[in-house]
Amino acid sequence: MNSRFILLLFVMAGLVVAFAPLPVQPITPQERTFRIDARQYAYSPSEFKVNPGDKVNIQLVSTDVVHGLYVDGYDISIEADPGQTKTLSFVADKPGSFRFRCNVTCGAMHPFMIGKLTVGTNNWLYRSIGLAVLAVIGFLPLSSFIPQTKNMD
Amino acid sequence: MSRFELTRIPFIKNTLKSRYPQLAVFIVMLVGYIFAILAGLIGTPVGSHNFSIVFVWIAWWAILILVAVPFFGRGWCAVCPIPLPGEWLQRGAVLSPPDKKPKWLNLRWPKFLRNIWMQNISFLLLALFSSVLLTTPNITGIVLAAMLFAAIGLSTIFERRAFCRYLCPVGGFIGLYSQTAPIELRIKDKQICVTCEGKPCYNGSANGYGCPWDVFPGGLTKNTYCGLCMECIRTCPHDNIAINLRPFSADLAKPSTRMDEAFKAFIMLGSAMIYAGVLLGPWGAFKDAAYNVGTSAWFIYAVIFLAIIFVILPGFFTLGILKTKGSLPLKQRFASLATALIPLGLMFWVAFSLSFVLTNASYIIAAFSDPLGLGWNLFGTANAVWQPMLTFVLAPAQTLALVGGLIWSARTAQKAANEIRTSSISVIAFSFILTLVMLWLLL
Ligand code: SF4
Ligand code: SF4
Ligand code: SF4
Ligand SMILES: [Cu+2]
Repeated sequence: MNSRFILLLFVMAGLVVAFAPLPVQPITPQERTFRIDARQYAYSPSEFKVNPGDKVNIQLVSTDVVHGLYVDGYDISIEADPGQTKTLSFVADKPGSFRFRCNVTCGAMHPFMIGKLTVGTNNWLYRSIGLAVLAVIGFLPLSSFIPQTKNMD
Repeated sequence: MSRFELTRIPFIKNTLKSRYPQLAVFIVMLVGYIFAILAGLIGTPVGSHNFSIVFVWIAWWAILILVAVPFFGRGWCAVCPIPLPGEWLQRGAVLSPPDKKPKWLNLRWPKFLRNIWMQNISFLLLALFSSVLLTTPNITGIVLAAMLFAAIGLSTIFERRAFCRYLCPVGGFIGLYSQTAPIELRIKDKQICVTCEGKPCYNGSANGYGCPWDVFPGGLTKNTYCGLCMECIRTCPHDNIAINLRPFSADLAKPSTRMDEAFKAFIMLGSAMIYAGVLLGPWGAFKDAAYNVGTSAWFIYAVIFLAIIFVILPGFFTLGILKTKGSLPLKQRFASLATALIPLGLMFWVAFSLSFVLTNASYIIAAFSDPLGLGWNLFGTANAVWQPMLTFVLAPAQTLALVGGLIWSARTAQKAANEIRTSSISVIAFSFILTLVMLWLLL
């Protein structure tokens, strides 16, 4: 088999790993409410998980200065004054892992005030790991052909 | 190997040979740099609204790591303003051709410091304070000013660009990663150099200065220490200098055997991973520790930071190659095989920076109109709201960078291993595991 053909096989396998649709188990959506405390440069809890389709209520409580919460990918946000509670409600209809971050300048480390929302499973991470595995498998047989590859370029 | 000589195009050649286009860029850069210092010192203390933070750590950083280094190697150094005042002082001229008299002390740089360990240390010093540096305008202003003055100071004591070659914290990793760029400055014909009298490219002539970076262009085999300053194009009387387009990472085919360069690769790789976890992760305690310089939490952070870079990563790497058969001593195998970590580290930085830059790029628009954060509105964009950009391409782009980096690193590992007749498997496994960690941290 020539190496071009093998490369083509790997590229196709890569496309399958990256884009093949996965079976989804239907889960009855629920309503979930989370209370998130925001303080200078951290949320707590800073990571939470919901199922796709859930109705999510985030109660944001600022414990020091004004903070916000912006969800990447969903492009929605709220702001809460110190001591106040504000609620952000949305339907988690996009699966995957999303950062949420403060969107009100609250001090030096503000740009790094970050949390993580996972809707369902973080499939893109597993697909990426699959691609990395595929890449390394591609190199294993090559590694044993050491003398040949020497003159390849 | 296939090369295309860019300097064969008359327009490119003339533009590089003339001093005026370069001077024009220099002046713009220098003005911007001094403005960044002033903005840092007198502008608002709110980082995301201060020119010094927004233009240095978001705009400049994005261009440097996503475009300049991967595609132009030391291209940034070709237009960098930091060494200019010192160099002009050292030469006693901005444009006019050199007179031969050395000015100032003009000492040779001490032999035992002729390596990049000082650059490794200066980078680490900034890296340990980076959370403060990245977010506090007056610290950024002070550091920028300190680099300018250090460069001036060294120019008056030592010959050529001692600051760039041996001290600049940025120059170290630009040099390391410039080896991966598809561009190079090399001589065209070795034979011409052998018979060339006086070697004006190194010693200078009426047409220009001897290589400010203290390299002999005739001996260049890698990009690391050539600052693309273009002096040798001006001085070579035999038109023997070319700028070539070439395949990516061509320099890595001949792996380095230097420990300072090998550790530079570990320093950069480790820092990218630590930043991905500390700055972009959801763990507040790490951020507190990194930011509160001087507290015991920060000391623990600093110790862990250094341990990851100097003990954990090189330790596992060494364990991996310990058992591989090879005729060379372990130290040389270590240095040669660490070459594989150069493309890996570069792509780690690309993946990390993509996230940081795309989320914060909208600050640039506002800072244009209100660079000092004083409520100005020069171009009517001061109230542009913060909005992450292109969030939907971020994760796929990061995967592409990281998996692409892994493939690139594996290929480099094979070449390096072939070169010293050993197996590349353990190095590939090492790169693979670190890539998984990075995927987990960023996605
Ligand atoms: S080494 Fe540093 S100071 Fe010198 S040109 Fe490059 S970036 Fe600028
Ligand atoms: S001046 Fe030109 S020909 Fe002479 S040594 Fe330098 S590069 Fe070679
Ligand atoms: S003189 Fe030539 S070799 Fe030396 S740094 Fe400038 S461009 Fe590079
Ligand atoms: Cu904030």
